Amino acid sequence: MENYTKIKWSDYNKEIPDDHYFYLRSCIRQTFFPGSENVFIDILRNILKKDIYDEAKQTTCTGIGYHSDIVTLDTIQTVIARQFALMTEKGYENVVISCVTSFGIYNETMHIWQHHPEQEEKIREYLRKATGREFKKPVSMSHSSDVIYKFRDEIAKRMKYPLVDKKTGEPLKIVDHIGCHYAKIFPETGIGGAEFPKVLTGIIKSWGGQIVDYPERRHCCGFGFRQYIIKGSRGYSLTNSKKKFDSMEPYEPDAIVCNCPGCAMFMDKWQYVIYETQGKKYSKTGNGIPVLTYEELAALVLGYDPWKIGLQMHQVDVTPLLDKMGIEYDKEYYIEQRKKLAIV
Amino acid sequence: MKHVVIIGGGIAGLTVASQLCNSNCKVTIIEKSNRLGGNLSNYTYLFPDFSKVEDVLKGYIEKVNSSDIRVIYHTEIHKVKREKDKFILESIDNVRINADAVVVATGYKVFDATIKEEFGYKIFDNVITSVDLENMIKENKIITSKGEKPSRVAFIHCVGSRDAKVGNLYCSRVCCITAIKQAIEVKKLLPDVEIFCFYIDLRLYGSNFDNIYLTAQRDYRIQFIRGRLSETSEKQDKTLLIKAEDTLSGRPLQMHVDMIVLMVGIEPNNFAQYMKNENYLHLDENGFIKQKNVHLERNITLEEGVFLAGTCIGPMSVGETVDHSKAAAFEVLKYLSRN
Repeated sequence: MENYTKIKWSDYNKEIPDDHYFYLRSCIRQTFFPGSENVFIDILRNILKKDIYDEAKQTTCTGIGYHSDIVTLDTIQTVIARQFALMTEKGYENVVISCVTSFGIYNETMHIWQHHPEQEEKIREYLRKATGREFKKPVSMSHSSDVIYKFRDEIAKRMKYPLVDKKTGEPLKIVDHIGCHYAKIFPETGIGGAEFPKVLTGIIKSWGGQIVDYPERRHCCGFGFRQYIIKGSRGYSLTNSKKKFDSMEPYEPDAIVCNCPGCAMFMDKWQYVIYETQGKKYSKTGNGIPVLTYEELAALVLGYDPWKIGLQMHQVDVTPLLDKMGIEYDKEYYIEQRKKLAIV
Repeated sequence: MKHVVIIGGGIAGLTVASQLCNSNCKVTIIEKSNRLGGNLSNYTYLFPDFSKVEDVLKGYIEKVNSSDIRVIYHTEIHKVKREKDKFILESIDNVRINADAVVVATGYKVFDATIKEEFGYKIFDNVITSVDLENMIKENKIITSKGEKPSRVAFIHCVGSRDAKVGNLYCSRVCCITAIKQAIEVKKLLPDVEIFCFYIDLRLYGSNFDNIYLTAQRDYRIQFIRGRLSETSEKQDKTLLIKAEDTLSGRPLQMHVDMIVLMVGIEPNNFAQYMKNENYLHLDENGFIKQKNVHLERNITLEEGVFLAGTCIGPMSVGETVDHSKAAAFEVLKYLSRN
């Protein structure tokens, strides 16, 4: 058997490079969480003083098409190869991937090439014919939440608003939700393995929060491609999310933090659908549970203006969380923006 | 007088020692802990007849104590080498012992259930192993972390056995019948408890094991569900939510229980790894010490003068261990008479 089968995952850590990242963006995150990727780059460049390259010529990884059987395996590998070629041309060797779906696909591609070198050769030939490009494989592949995890203590040192209830001094109760493709495909690609990845819990603890360990913690958020893309199956997606909300509700979480675009989107939006269809809101205040990305959480604790990182775009109102943390914000601007965006 | 050194003071080592003690050779048992009995001492009753472990061990231990057999405690052998016709055994603490023949009776260790994180051992309070349950049975005190009697208990078979994900492809053989034995014991102590056993398939190889299985269902109302556990979660009140698949009905299931017992499998002991590191004894594909011939020479290693007794060659019951160890003693005597 392969060696990693005997790994004690709770002790497992993966190597995350210290500097010089080639950033690979998500295709959907800028729509739903428009500030997340930009603030990630800003934190790395301007606060942590790291080198991160944001390539304008990059494309989607075509992961949604691949998981929907529209894009073939050869095609998606060629797209990945092109991204690697862009990285090679700019002299980088550490990729940082913003999306968990993409992260799974990049790892799957590398895995295929490791076990089937003839496939890698074929893809190299396809890329050559299509674009004339050559590529080197990256030395390391990290998810951008891995990078935030790596620098969690540096961020904690510069923290303005810890994950603490300003009035009571109690730690905020935070639900962590890890995207399935982060480590469930290849456990060794996730910090702490597949079952209890530490990537978000490590961040939350470092910034003063308390982890909520609820029964359906490891259940899928409901994003599953075949569930939400096929309209007839969309009820499954909603059911999965509802199952999680029902399970976490008794713990009265202050926020949910996700590292996957789909999870963050669905856990945010489905709360609205559940309210509209069933009149149910998952918090005592009648607000719902705010859903944040890890970059947004990092930005909040570092003192970024919530509206400059796009929190007004969230379905669930984040202001109760901001109030608890003691973050000051422009309330009128927020109300005006919500009206403009027609967010209920 | 020839000197036979037995590595391990469990039931296998004790059996070999008892067989050799009146045979005109000097016998030494080297035991890594501070007591004789090995893994067997962790148990209270034995399948299939619920006889007491202390009754099984008592005779052997008395025999060893009343004979010339020397027992060296707190000594773990990690090197064996041959110099001409003698063996030199070396402990981790650099104690050296000479021998004319060596019997490896190092037994087994149980699978470390923390590796199966999804089952929640050492993460959730009320997830215990079959070894932990034996301690509770020994103390006649089966309680949850809150000090209450559990009303629903799930036994999970094959934890660390027949599981490619943890690198153990083999069956540990005795866990199915041990689970049934323990389930009956729990039911005897707590008659109102509901018990569910989750199994892949029940490997009840002994001639009377199926009778115990039927007794468990008929007389003790223990329920058997064919399906592996997927994952465990803890609720606020410290009870557990388990997800599994009932493969007979072909449906996923969720269940709330107060306690989970993980039937941890048998793994090769550290001695096997030491031998592998020293490139001295060969190991089989599962990491147990390799026998010269799996049909005809089950006590003999590829190294002449080094013999095998008990579960160092793979999982086996107490009865089988005793048989195997008696055969090992016979092989030792044959070897000594030739040399």
